[in-house]
Amino acid sequence: MVTFTLNGKDIAFDGDPDTPLLWVIRDEAGLTGTKYGCGIAQCGACTVHLDGMPRRSCVTPVSTVEGSDVVTIEGVSGAEAAAVQAAWIGLDVPQCGYCQSGQIMSAVALLQLVPKPSDADIDNAMAGNICRCATYVRIRRAIHDAAATLEG
Amino acid sequence: MTMQTSRRAFLSGLGLVIGVALAPRGFAADALERGDLAGAPGVPAFNAFVRVATDGTVTVLSKHIEFGQGPYTGLATLVAEELDADWAQVRAAAAPADDKIYANLLFGIQGTGGSTAIANSYEQMRKAGATARAMLVAAAAETWGVPASEITVVKGRIAHAASGKESGFGELADLAATMPAPENPVLKDPADFVLIGTDLPKLDTVAKSTGRAVFTIDVQAEDMLVAMVAHPAHFGATVKSVDDAAARAVPGVLDVKTLPQGVAVYAENTWAALKGRAALAVDWDLSKAETRSSQQIEADYRALFAEAGHEAKKAGDVDAAFAGAGLTVIEREIVFPYLAHAPMEPLDAVLMKNADGSIDCFNGAQFPGQDRAAIAEVCGVDLSQVRINTQFAGGSFGRRAQFGSPYIREAAAVFAASGMARPVKHLWTREDDIRGGFYRPTYLHNLKGALDKDGNIVAWRQHIVGQSLMKKGEFDESTVEGAADLPYGIPNLRVTATATDLPIPVLWWRSVGHTHTGFAVESFVDELLQAGGKDPVEGRLALLGDKNPRHAGVLTRVAELADWGGPIPDGRQRGVALHKSFNTYVAEIAEVSIEGGKPRVHKVWVAVDCGQPVNPNVIRAQMEGGVGYGLGAILFDQVSLGDGGKIVQSNFHDYRSLRIHEMPEVEVAVIPSREAPTGVGEPGVPPIGPAVGNAWRRLTGQPVRRLPLSSAELA
Repeated sequence: MVTFTLNGKDIAFDGDPDTPLLWVIRDEAGLTGTKYGCGIAQCGACTVHLDGMPRRSCVTPVSTVEGSDVVTIEGVSGAEAAAVQAAWIGLDVPQCGYCQSGQIMSAVALLQLVPKPSDADIDNAMAGNICRCATYVRIRRAIHDAAATLEG
Repeated sequence: MTMQTSRRAFLSGLGLVIGVALAPRGFAADALERGDLAGAPGVPAFNAFVRVATDGTVTVLSKHIEFGQGPYTGLATLVAEELDADWAQVRAAAAPADDKIYANLLFGIQGTGGSTAIANSYEQMRKAGATARAMLVAAAAETWGVPASEITVVKGRIAHAASGKESGFGELADLAATMPAPENPVLKDPADFVLIGTDLPKLDTVAKSTGRAVFTIDVQAEDMLVAMVAHPAHFGATVKSVDDAAARAVPGVLDVKTLPQGVAVYAENTWAALKGRAALAVDWDLSKAETRSSQQIEADYRALFAEAGHEAKKAGDVDAAFAGAGLTVIEREIVFPYLAHAPMEPLDAVLMKNADGSIDCFNGAQFPGQDRAAIAEVCGVDLSQVRINTQFAGGSFGRRAQFGSPYIREAAAVFAASGMARPVKHLWTREDDIRGGFYRPTYLHNLKGALDKDGNIVAWRQHIVGQSLMKKGEFDESTVEGAADLPYGIPNLRVTATATDLPIPVLWWRSVGHTHTGFAVESFVDELLQAGGKDPVEGRLALLGDKNPRHAGVLTRVAELADWGGPIPDGRQRGVALHKSFNTYVAEIAEVSIEGGKPRVHKVWVAVDCGQPVNPNVIRAQMEGGVGYGLGAILFDQVSLGDGGKIVQSNFHDYRSLRIHEMPEVEVAVIPSREAPTGVGEPGVPPIGPAVGNAWRRLTGQPVRRLPLSSAELA
């Protein structure tokens, strides 16, 4: 039995402990905002926050999150999340939208760590998130916009 | 699935949840989003495309799938313009599958592709909106006892000034839906547009920025199985034998079946399906498989240049022209690799059989009628018993549009073999996707050009070898589109093509033939211009003459935008490319330097003429995305076959996608126009490759002879 919190709710999982956190979130908890894209931590579509840090849930065995706090796109909150999502909406960032939960989770984690990121900071933090629609121009602009909002 | 009761409770209130226990609530609430022809209870239907609810919400049923290119917003804009709706009251949803009512007027069946969504819907959707408006006005006239001609509609408010009467749409919706629809409603003069041509916010942005948007992979059905199919690593291989003992021993694995497409594993959840599939030991029969390597295929193609090929275009006398004296002759070969589309959401479908024997399929249906027919055939039910519920798709780039629907055939075979007692979600992994074929074909181009002593291009010969997308034996227009219709005034011109036949399945890939013809033509013309001492912009304008004003228009505009001829930072060069595809004209200028021996693209300027712009913000987004998608492909991507024909690449680590640090800045100018609108999903792609390649040639002196650039011997 693995126990952890998911968006603040207690979860007790008694299935295969090797199950990647991604599939526990999607299949068992039924939260589908977190996406499968590659299964090998190459695309970032599955990004969640594990104890406040961005984590690729597709390669994270659920057994390793015992006692942790897991936050997904459905539960992400706070000033950074609000600013990022508002910027995303303001610039109409998404195209197909499939990768955007992961993009937003990475962007929120970046702003929590680096309130006013440079372009290089954005490259470093976001290079693990693939967008096949290539919405990168707007992702970059939206992160700068969100940082400006947070600065007030 | 021992926790069904609690799971059901957990699931309620989430996106799309379907299933037996939830059906009454789920189906009613989702009827609008599922686009039932009859509509949701209490939501009056005005025509096949427009619903106005009693709360005033206007729902536009989109006959085109939304996978990021913007048709939900675009088609809804066309309706809302003529309806005089307020944008805040407008929604969009997927229309059901119906090859007649929801036909793409350029295809004759329902389908999305060829950058046609706006082009084929422009009049139709405006008429749908104008019709609904007339019905609302008629209802108001009857209710208020005033002449319809005195009624105005502005931003969702219906008013009669003389009597002071005013209403929203909702209060009149029920009565309006019973009014006769005018056959030929008068459409607005474009000068009076208030929504068309403006940057309206996209209708799907909020759901896609909050994790709430539902894609096929997110569809959950009560008691649903997850199935995955083990596929061969060679094209054309079939199952010889299977040892499934280890797979069946995986907890959660329920069954294993051998199908024409491979070996299916059925499980209670995704992880068990993945583990079970990995535990299969499959012996494949390669007797009919492609066992040549990419290098062997390339050599075989090269030998075909010796053949004449099918003549697609002829002007003047090419042979005589090349025989002329005092010419400079340049010959080039360019090798294009197989390309996977690699949409973010791999192929998937959810199939379920209902108590009445009908089948519901939830999928990213790009050709819904084809998908529907495939399911009916494979599952052995009447066509009328199959319903397609088109979902948001996580990209496509052409991958989901297939005649005969091979992927849906596999999903249906998986479902049929399961006995259809429980709903089945069939999923492909990224490996299935990269190795699944239906690629942009490998092509070889041979180009030969001649310049006279003044540097004018006097002869041009181009021979293209590769697979036909339309599986035509001799000649396929899509092989030569973008080459045979060269806009440049070259007096002696011949374009030929030779079709090859391999067991590697191929498919259109964002911009189809233009993916390679655009590169070849724009690279070679640029090289000839340089050899002739001409400027890339001025030289092209001279070749265009006065018969190609829209080509010239975008080229002139992009040159202004980029300050062509102005100073460039040290170590950088600029490349130009111009290409028309799907009746949209795009010119791009790329500024490039060398970083680590490879191209680094700093900035791209784009000018696009797609006729009347419907939503300039969406147009800019598609140009930005087209640049990024095309750039990733020419820098990094190829699917190759190793010795013995085994597919080499498998996932994003070796089939590279462009990443954010490789994305250039992009500046887009949309040409104002009143011409009929044309598409923007694909036309941004073709020019980026040659624009970068031309800058690269100017940086290094080396023309691009092979794609991707990362595989080439770079300077």
